[in-house]
Amino acid sequence: MANLKNSVIAFFGKILNAIKTFFWNVRRLFTNIKNRFGDFLDKHNINFVTRFPNWAKALLYLSPALIVLMVFTFYPIINSFALVVYQNYNMTTETVTGYTIFGNFITVLTDESFIVPASHTASSAVINTLIIVFISVPISVLLALFIAAALNTIKPLKSFFQTIYFLPYVTNTIAIGLVFAYMFRTDGGLVNQFLGLFGVNVEGLSWVESGAVYWRSMFVLIFYSIWSTLAFKIMVFLTSIQGIDKQYYQAAAIDATPRGRIFSKITVPLISPMIFYILVTSVIGAFKIYNSIVALFGVSGAPAGVDYNLQSIVMYIYQFIDGSNAGNLSVAAAGSLILFAIILVLTLVQMQASKRRVHY
Amino acid sequence: MELRLENLTKIFTNRTGIETTAVKNLDITIESGTLVGLLGPSGCGKSTTLFMIAGLEKPTSGKIFFGDDDVTKLAPEKRGIGLVFQNYALYPHMTVFNNILFPLENLDVPKDEAIKRVKEMANLVGIGELLDRKPSQLSGGQQQRVAIARALVKKPRVLLLDEPLSNLDARLRLQMREEIKRIQRETGITTIFVTHDQEEAMSISDKMVVLDFGVKQQYASPQSMYTDPGNLFVGKFLGNPPINTFEAEVKKGYLMINDKKFMKIKVPDALYDIGMRPENFRAVAEGFDVDVKDIYHIGRDTMVHFDFNGQNVRALVDSDDISSEDKVVHLSIKESRIYLFDKETGKVVNHG
Repeated sequence: MANLKNSVIAFFGKILNAIKTFFWNVRRLFTNIKNRFGDFLDKHNINFVTRFPNWAKALLYLSPALIVLMVFTFYPIINSFALVVYQNYNMTTETVTGYTIFGNFITVLTDESFIVPASHTASSAVINTLIIVFISVPISVLLALFIAAALNTIKPLKSFFQTIYFLPYVTNTIAIGLVFAYMFRTDGGLVNQFLGLFGVNVEGLSWVESGAVYWRSMFVLIFYSIWSTLAFKIMVFLTSIQGIDKQYYQAAAIDATPRGRIFSKITVPLISPMIFYILVTSVIGAFKIYNSIVALFGVSGAPAGVDYNLQSIVMYIYQFIDGSNAGNLSVAAAGSLILFAIILVLTLVQMQASKRRVHY
Repeated sequence: MELRLENLTKIFTNRTGIETTAVKNLDITIESGTLVGLLGPSGCGKSTTLFMIAGLEKPTSGKIFFGDDDVTKLAPEKRGIGLVFQNYALYPHMTVFNNILFPLENLDVPKDEAIKRVKEMANLVGIGELLDRKPSQLSGGQQQRVAIARALVKKPRVLLLDEPLSNLDARLRLQMREEIKRIQRETGITTIFVTHDQEEAMSISDKMVVLDFGVKQQYASPQSMYTDPGNLFVGKFLGNPPINTFEAEVKKGYLMINDKKFMKIKVPDALYDIGMRPENFRAVAEGFDVDVKDIYHIGRDTMVHFDFNGQNVRALVDSDDISSEDKVVHLSIKESRIYLFDKETGKVVNHG
């Protein structure tokens, strides 16, 4: 029996070897042909590879990515600059009634519910977005940092906890949003039941449903956006913390450094490039918040029967493309450029502020 | 302060349960104020020993004493040691000044005194003018000095150096070797340093420990270890070019080589491993005749190759005493420079 087994193994080993040898020879053949071809081209001085300048070759290799970027990124950006100067642009007939430089910007900036809260509401798109950005980003970055540092110290069940904390990243945003909306239900929601345990009067305590107070639904929104973005940050921080040379910690241990100081003086500075990267991308991401609001409050961006609106800048822009004010593309373009300007300025400020604190 | 290791043992167990003994029953007493080199081939447990003294590794059994204090169970920060890592482990985001100051920040030291001590230490190691630089702006030798200053600034009881010179180029190594010796003399601190470079260990340490597979082979001053190796391993490990070893029999009080009487020797008749250092041979007018296999002139010295009992043996002799045409060379060697090792235990039988 063992004999048979061995001979079978030997047989397959031979086949595998033959296949390997075949591919080895194929590669030899190709190399041979390639070299001969190159020699031929060299001899007649028509070899493009050696005659082309390096930048041309680089351009050739970059062209697939560049073409995609051109079509889907650069062209729309340029086009939005073009759109913004049209007056009353009509999508279907492609006609305009005139041209303006600032007209569309002024429309957006003076529009009710963009910066200034509209008369019937208590909030505007810019205010909502800024609140989300400036509350959720710092909290989520700090939280992710602490969780990553804590995860790095535990030994048993390490991968288990890493998986748990990474789960939100692979879960659908809309699905999580629906679960959140369910958890924060007025009647029998998990949160209200929990609060009820502590004697809080939860009768009619509404979070995301009709009659919810602005800060209460904003709290749910911020809570949700922190939680859904946490996973990626934890993963990035954890990998960079694991990349730190152990000797720094040993040296610190010998010098009797307390845990808090090790964290603030060694861990944080050593992963500061990653923290900065996460900070910049999260600010940008938070400014572009859209689907979390839709997931929690629907496309209207507000719980039923309230006098405020939780719509973000992107939601505001989107209404001119496919919403209540559909077709007004020039105004949408103006809104996008304003959002772009805000993000640009904030990123530049962050880069400037980080120069001293980020150690590459 | 005296440092004492008693029966120190470290066994690593990997995931599949296979045990590896890194250090085995190590007994060493290191006198106060001496510089001791831990020497051995790679993987012999010398760094493990150092880390156990530092407290970064827990010994499987055995005890470590600093003076009269048993520190075996003490956490590293409570032992009062300074450790210089192989690649220095300087905090890259801090200036040299902050790097040296870092250990003091955790101690109860007034700010003025801390700054004074940092400057003092920087001057001692010769980097007084580099305090504002970042480690990445320093050369390897300067980083090394910063690492030593950082280890010394809190006035530790013991200074530990883990292969401190292995990342430096050859010339710098010679220079830093003397620097470490000087700094150790000036501070008078008990110092242990780990190295695999025998020349380095011999030139800087007051005493050396040679380890092989976690077992102490010999603990003595470098020169006495060189002239009186305790066993075959130490004999083979020390010396460059390496010692010649071959088997030979002692018959009726005579050491027999190539079926001839080589020398009268006072050991029991038996088969031995013989060690003879190439540099201990002399080319003389009347001596033991050997047939030359190869001859290489290297400036001042000449290397002669010949056979002793079928083993290739090299002799390093003065170039003036020999010419490349010689087919037969007359060699002599002092009896005290012939080492006979027991075939079973490897222990030297005619020395010590």
